[in-house]
Amino acid sequence: VTLWGTRGSQASPGPETVRYGGNTSCIEVRNRAGDLLVLDAGTGIRRLGDTAPPRSGRVDVLLSHLHMDHIQGLGFCGWLYQGDVEVHVWGPASTTMDLRTRLTRYLSAPLFPVHLRDLPSVSLHDIPFGRVPVPGFTVDAALVCHPGPTVGYRVGSDGATLAYLSDHEPALCSGGFRAGPRWTSGFDLARAADLLVHDAQYTTDEYAERIGWGHSALEHTIEFATATEVKCLMPFHYDPGHDDRTLDARFAAAAQVVADRFTLVPALEGVTVSVDGSGAGA
Amino acid sequence: VSQLPVEVILMRELAAHLATPIFVVDPDGSLLFYNEAAERILGTRYDETGRMPVAEWSTRFEPTDDEGMPIAPDDLPLVIALRERRPVHALFWIRGFDGERRRLGVTAVPLVGLVEYPLGAAALFWEAPTCE
Repeated sequence: VTLWGTRGSQASPGPETVRYGGNTSCIEVRNRAGDLLVLDAGTGIRRLGDTAPPRSGRVDVLLSHLHMDHIQGLGFCGWLYQGDVEVHVWGPASTTMDLRTRLTRYLSAPLFPVHLRDLPSVSLHDIPFGRVPVPGFTVDAALVCHPGPTVGYRVGSDGATLAYLSDHEPALCSGGFRAGPRWTSGFDLARAADLLVHDAQYTTDEYAERIGWGHSALEHTIEFATATEVKCLMPFHYDPGHDDRTLDARFAAAAQVVADRFTLVPALEGVTVSVDGSGAGA
Repeated sequence: VSQLPVEVILMRELAAHLATPIFVVDPDGSLLFYNEAAERILGTRYDETGRMPVAEWSTRFEPTDDEGMPIAPDDLPLVIALRERRPVHALFWIRGFDGERRRLGVTAVPLVGLVEYPLGAAALFWEAPTCE
């Protein structure tokens, strides 16, 4: 699992964010056979798209939702313009529009010079809730608590399981997690995952002023990871206003809280972690 | 224990913040929850009843019409809303768990998920004036 973009809301490059990263959400997932799956197409996907495509010639891009920080890099991903790379983009439809219609709002004039229909090797798929047919992986998608149609993913391959809930506010609708698994958004996706990549945008004080915006305080992320009994938690989707020093301090404090409940591995742009049946590590 | 669809989870959260009594069932008609405002009318807390199959809750409250005739489960607004996927409104009597008989106005609506899958149905209700 390689992190190409870890930031939430807006890209925030600069010397103060160089270690945790300034690009928005994008994660590369490769299995031992070399199959490639990409989670979200934030600004981080541009650099990923400059690397060699997989031998299979197929890339599956799974969008969690269509907020700009999750799609902004799509039009800058080089693989879309190489006729020999088959790019399958999956994402949620709305009640009235399919993915193509929704995505075309961005990938068309006046916001973008190239229209989706001019990219013949790109196929768009409305995400089915439940099993998603992606070669080389078992992928399950389910709606999660975040404004607008938003899905989380559970990805399995080679005996390892990754849960990806980049934008998620479980604290909004689970009564502070007191209502149990049945009433906790995202629970089945994350349950006992080897690696949970989860929204950790806010401090507790910030969250109090942003309830309903669809994101989590780190404290909620830790509660959610504890409730779902994951082996490793990777906080993700950092607020653009949080610099490296701020995040260092947050995670040092969080490590004391987490103790030995699970491994805490903050997302760092450019880092690759291996995931197996016992958790995740560099 | 499997997690419920997030739409249902959000529905419960909404209901928890409303003073309008709300009663929600799953696609099979089993009671999923009712909110605090509904507890006052039904005469007991949800925590004390828990989940109930349709056959149980539809008779437990002894629904009757204004003439005192029992209403069959299939003719209750929630059950019609589920079966026919349309909103239904009705006035009828129930007996709460506290033994009190109350006349209710009930509007039941089917709950349909983002891609048209059935999530169940919700009844919004309130105490209605009696006929006397």
